[in-house]
Amino acid sequence: VTAALPIRIGELSSAQFRRRLQGTGLGIRVGPFDVCLTAKVRGFDEPLRQLYRGYPLLEPGQAFSCHLALRNVWRLRPRPGRYVRFAVDGVVPHEDLPSEQALAVFEWSLNLVIALRMHCFLMLHSAVLERNGRALALPAAPGSGKTTLCAALAQRGWRLLSDEFGLLRPGTTSFLPVPRPMPLKNESIQVMQAFAPGIELGPIIPKTRKGTVAHVRPSDDSVCRQQELAPVRWLVFPEWRAGAALSFHEVPRAEGFMRLATNAFNYEVLGAAGFTTVRDVVESSRSFLLTYSNLDEAVMELTALADGDDG
Amino acid sequence: MTADIVLGATSIRRIVVEALRDPYAMPALPPAQLDLTLRLLRRARLLGRLAWQLRGAGLLDTQPPVVADQLRGALALAESRARSALWELDRLAWALDDLAETSLVLMKGCAYVLAGMPNAGGRSFADVDLLVPEAELPGVEQRLRQRGWADKKLTPYDDLYYRRWAHELPPLTHVERDVEVDLHHGILMRTARLKPSSPLLFEAARSLPDSRYKVLAPADMVLHSIVHLFHGGEMDDALRELVDIDDLLRIFAATEPGFWAGFWPRAEALDLERPAFYGLRYSSRLLGTPVPATLLAASLVAAPATPLLRVMDWLVPRALFPQHPDAPSHRAEFARLLLYIRSHWVKMPPLMLARHLGYKLYVRLGSAQPDAM
Repeated sequence: VTAALPIRIGELSSAQFRRRLQGTGLGIRVGPFDVCLTAKVRGFDEPLRQLYRGYPLLEPGQAFSCHLALRNVWRLRPRPGRYVRFAVDGVVPHEDLPSEQALAVFEWSLNLVIALRMHCFLMLHSAVLERNGRALALPAAPGSGKTTLCAALAQRGWRLLSDEFGLLRPGTTSFLPVPRPMPLKNESIQVMQAFAPGIELGPIIPKTRKGTVAHVRPSDDSVCRQQELAPVRWLVFPEWRAGAALSFHEVPRAEGFMRLATNAFNYEVLGAAGFTTVRDVVESSRSFLLTYSNLDEAVMELTALADGDDG
Repeated sequence: MTADIVLGATSIRRIVVEALRDPYAMPALPPAQLDLTLRLLRRARLLGRLAWQLRGAGLLDTQPPVVADQLRGALALAESRARSALWELDRLAWALDDLAETSLVLMKGCAYVLAGMPNAGGRSFADVDLLVPEAELPGVEQRLRQRGWADKKLTPYDDLYYRRWAHELPPLTHVERDVEVDLHHGILMRTARLKPSSPLLFEAARSLPDSRYKVLAPADMVLHSIVHLFHGGEMDDALRELVDIDDLLRIFAATEPGFWAGFWPRAEALDLERPAFYGLRYSSRLLGTPVPATLLAASLVAAPATPLLRVMDWLVPRALFPQHPDAPSHRAEFARLLLYIRSHWVKMPPLMLARHLGYKLYVRLGSAQPDAM
């Protein structure tokens, strides 16, 4: 007996997709999370369907990791208009935002739910990619160009695990993939379009609280292999700085440890298990600092590292 | 919305009660019901408790991965909060080391953890609640302020509310940490019509082995939980508080000789007969607590007039149980609002209540606050 291949979101027609989204809920498997989403929001369905078309479809009636709901509401403040309200399991965790931003709101809100709830994992604030069967983590604070570098590597033969979450089961050193659309911000959008002219982007969403945002669709390969873990090998702490010459050098593991531990979403929550997991990750990998301004150079440097590291 | 499950309030109550009473039956539930159970218990902040029970029975790893992960996550969070609270207690003991004569009585979650009680497992809690003799409160507060604790910026009204009328000081938090420390001198507002005597609580408080802290005597611990539920006005936590009451009653019935016999006299001595009546009534009715029939009968002397009791019997179950996350009920909201107003009515004189609710409404209209997650 062979297991049936999962049905992909993209196999639903527009009408079937919308019926689920507005009715019993659209079940999507995203890495280790089973998400049930309902949405009645103008202009939201089609971009969502395109970005998520490669993901396995889940039938309603199972136990889900979370139930998310988006709907339109009319509000007078801060300015009269149509807003989108996000709820997770019936609770509204943040302010309503302008309706045109619904797709970005969905992505941020799912991040929020993962970060606040999923303490079954050590959650590093890190992009993670895989090459030659080994994982590269790019732990960095928001605004350091992590997502852009991650999207660029994913365009050059690296498998995307995540642009935001380095997920590890406590006591292990292999990352769990949670591939998602990658939100490029402001200038990064043009930079990426120049870097990879064929890149598939979702709609351009202006005036969000992080500026203009557009999401890169993750490759079919990264989504198809989202249950395939990758053992950690390289920890690279990236910093994009305008005009900077490329600088890339290995640093002692102790430094890697400090940078990694202080960059996790829930290091303190996991207590001793958080410590031992970060320690094991650092001991199983090499730590590097990367400063760059030119995306091509950074991508080549990291790819050369991956292809030349026989350790 | 979960497929095929559109459930009324009664079914929701049944699902929650079954999960609380027989957590080990969870793995056998149909998937859609399992899903709803998890959502309801999360809403009631009881998911960590369920996870703790399942882990203890070796059933956590046998759940479907998505279920096991949710439970593990809730448990990790609850355990980290407990760890933070224990560390805060350690730091408080350090900060107050030269006030060795001052009684420090732990209440609620911290007491359960430090006393090693079984209901502490996976229990979610936020604050450190300490009961200190009123005369010594200024000294304790001053000491903590010298050693790094501070209050959040309060409005003049809120500061006045705490200092003149409340049974606790404005919450203090250490600048380097985020655990709130509530220093109480009583278990009910000064302005409440009932007047439980704090000196009685201190007299009966029990020392813990190798600890700077004491905990309330068993009956007092239950009565405090009951007062917290029926006078506290924190409706989001109401079911968890009733679960606390049920847990404590079951634990003490099994471990404290003469617990039931001493319970009602203690409620009388503390001027808490009415809340005690409600606590026993709803804990036994809604969660099946095995309260002796004689005690239930005796407690009826403290029941309110029949029409009011009918109203409470209608309100309490509706307000206490979590609502279907996809189909919130207006009735439940209404019941919660009425019980919220009631909790204020019993702790403030009418004029003060009008002013207080008026002020709260004014503040609320001024800023659209999102819910807590």
